[in-house]
Amino acid sequence: MSHKATIPIGPYHPLQEEPEFYKLVVEGERVVDVDVRIGYNHRGIEKISEGKSFDQAIFAVERICGICSGSHPIACVQAIEEIAKVEIPERALFIRSIIQELERLHSHMLWLGLAGHFLGYNTIFMWGWKYREPICDIMETVTGNRQNYGIMKVGGVRRDIEKEHVPYILSRLDEFTKQLDMLKGAILDDPVLHARLKGVGILTKEKAIDYAALGPTARASGVDIDARRDYPYAAYPRVKWNVITQKEGDVFAKTVVRILEMYESVNIIRQCLDKMPQGPIDAKVKDVPPGEGIGQIEAPRGECFHYIKSDGTNSPMRHKIRAPTFMNFATFRETVIGETVSDATIILAAIDPCYCCTERMVVVNSKDRELYKGPDLIKLSQEKTRLIKEKMQRL
Amino acid sequence: MTLDDILASLDKRFKDSIQKIEKTSPKKAFVDMDAAKITQFVIHIFKDLGLRPNTISAVDTFGGFELLYHFSYDRSGVTLSLRALLKDRTEPTIDTITGITRSAWWIEREIHELFGINFRDNKDLRTLLLPDDWPKGVYPLRKDFIPPKRDSRGHTHKPGAA
Repeated sequence: MSHKATIPIGPYHPLQEEPEFYKLVVEGERVVDVDVRIGYNHRGIEKISEGKSFDQAIFAVERICGICSGSHPIACVQAIEEIAKVEIPERALFIRSIIQELERLHSHMLWLGLAGHFLGYNTIFMWGWKYREPICDIMETVTGNRQNYGIMKVGGVRRDIEKEHVPYILSRLDEFTKQLDMLKGAILDDPVLHARLKGVGILTKEKAIDYAALGPTARASGVDIDARRDYPYAAYPRVKWNVITQKEGDVFAKTVVRILEMYESVNIIRQCLDKMPQGPIDAKVKDVPPGEGIGQIEAPRGECFHYIKSDGTNSPMRHKIRAPTFMNFATFRETVIGETVSDATIILAAIDPCYCCTERMVVVNSKDRELYKGPDLIKLSQEKTRLIKEKMQRL
Repeated sequence: MTLDDILASLDKRFKDSIQKIEKTSPKKAFVDMDAAKITQFVIHIFKDLGLRPNTISAVDTFGGFELLYHFSYDRSGVTLSLRALLKDRTEPTIDTITGITRSAWWIEREIHELFGINFRDNKDLRTLLLPDDWPKGVYPLRKDFIPPKRDSRGHTHKPGAA
C-alpha cells in the first residue's frame, strides 16, 4: 500500500515577491510528482500594451517584474527599433549595457541571499542583501531610481551618465568586489554547502535542450548559450568577457555560474565606463511603420524575448512577451521528482524563479494525521544542513 | 550554419508547403508555411537542424489567427519564425508540437486559454494563467474581446457579461 501525500506550497508567502502554487506529491520523503499553478499575478500586460502607444508600452513592460525592470524595456525597445530601423548612438549602447549588468549583479546577489536562507545560512542571506546595496546606490545615481529605472526609450536612453559620477561608481564597484570575494569564499569553500548542493536536482544537457532552458539554468547544464554573445546588442560586442558554463547541472553548478557571472558583470561595467565615447544619447524616431520586430536580450535569468507586430498606427497590434522563467519553470518536473522533500525547496529555488512558499503551508500525512503549519519546509531544509554540519564536525 | 543555409534546407525539403519567405534582416526571417505541415517542419528544424524553440506568438489578424513559431540558432545568432495561418475563427485547430519538444508544453496551454486555439492531440490543455472560474469561450487576447466595465466603485465584473 502506498502512502502518497500532497504538500501544497503557496500561493502566498511574505518572503517572496510573487505568488505561485506548487503541489508536491510525496511518498515518504521522496517527491514523486510535482505540479505548478501560476497566474495569481497575471495582469494581462500583453493586452494592456496593445492599448498603449509605443512609448507608453515600454513603461508598461517595465512593471512586469521589479527585478528585471531593466531587461524587459531593453527587449521591447529593440523590437520597436527593429521595425523602425533606427540607428542608436554609441554612447546610448554603452549606457544600456551598464544598466543591464548592474541589474544582473543585484539580481544574482538577491538570489544568493535567498538560497542561503533556504539552506539555513541566514548569514549569507543578510550579507547578500546588504552587499546588494552598493549596486542599488549606483542605480540611483545613474538613473534616479533604485528599481523601475525608466531609462530606456526607443532610439536610445533617457539619462546620461555624468562625468562626475564615474569615480563614485568605480569606488562603489570596488567595495562590491571586495565583499563578493568574501562571499565567494564563504560559499564555494564551505564543505557543508558542497555536501548539500552537489548532485542535487540535476538537469541533464539533453533535458535542458528539450525544455529549451535558458540563462544560468542552461549554462549550468553545459548548454553554451548567452544572448549577449549570440545576438549581439548594446555594447557587448565592444567589450571582452567570458560566458560561464558548468557541466554538472546540479544546484551547486547553478550557484557557481551565478557567482562567477557577477565577476564578469563587474568587468563589463568597468570596460564600458572606460570605453564609453562622448556624444548624443538618443536618436530621433519619426514613426513606426507596419512590420514585425523581435527583441532578444539576456536578462539575469536567461533570454528575454519580445515580439512586436505593428500595423502602422501608434500602438502595437500584438506584443508577445516571453520571460526566461517561463521556459525554466517547466524543468521542475525533471529536477524535483525523485529528490527528498528537504531538498525540494532549494531545487525549486535554483532556477531563480519568483518562487514562493507560504505561511499556510500544510503537510498532510494521511497515515497518522500529522499536521505541520508555518514555514516548516524551510525549517526542514535548514535542519538537514545542521545535521550535515554536526556530522562534519564529528569527523 | 547561416540563415541562408537554414532557409535552403527548408526550401529543399518543403518546397510545396512554403508560401513566402521574408527576410527582415540578415539574421531574421519569417517563413509563411502550410499549417497542416507544422509537425514535420518542427521535427526538421528542432531535431535535424538543432534550432532552439523560443516561443509561439499567436496574433489575431483579419485573415484569421497567425501562429508564429520562433526558433533560434545560437551559434550564428539566427532567429527564424514559421508563420502558420488558421483561417477558421470558430474552431481554430493545429497539431501539437509537445510530442517533439517539451518546451511547447506551457506555451500551448497559454495560447489555448488566451486565444481559444485548439492543439490537436495535446492532452494537457488545463488553465495556466486565468482563474479557475473564468467563463468558457471567452478569450481575452482576441481582438473581439470586450473588457469588463468598472462600476462606480471601481470594481470589475465577470468578463463577457454586459
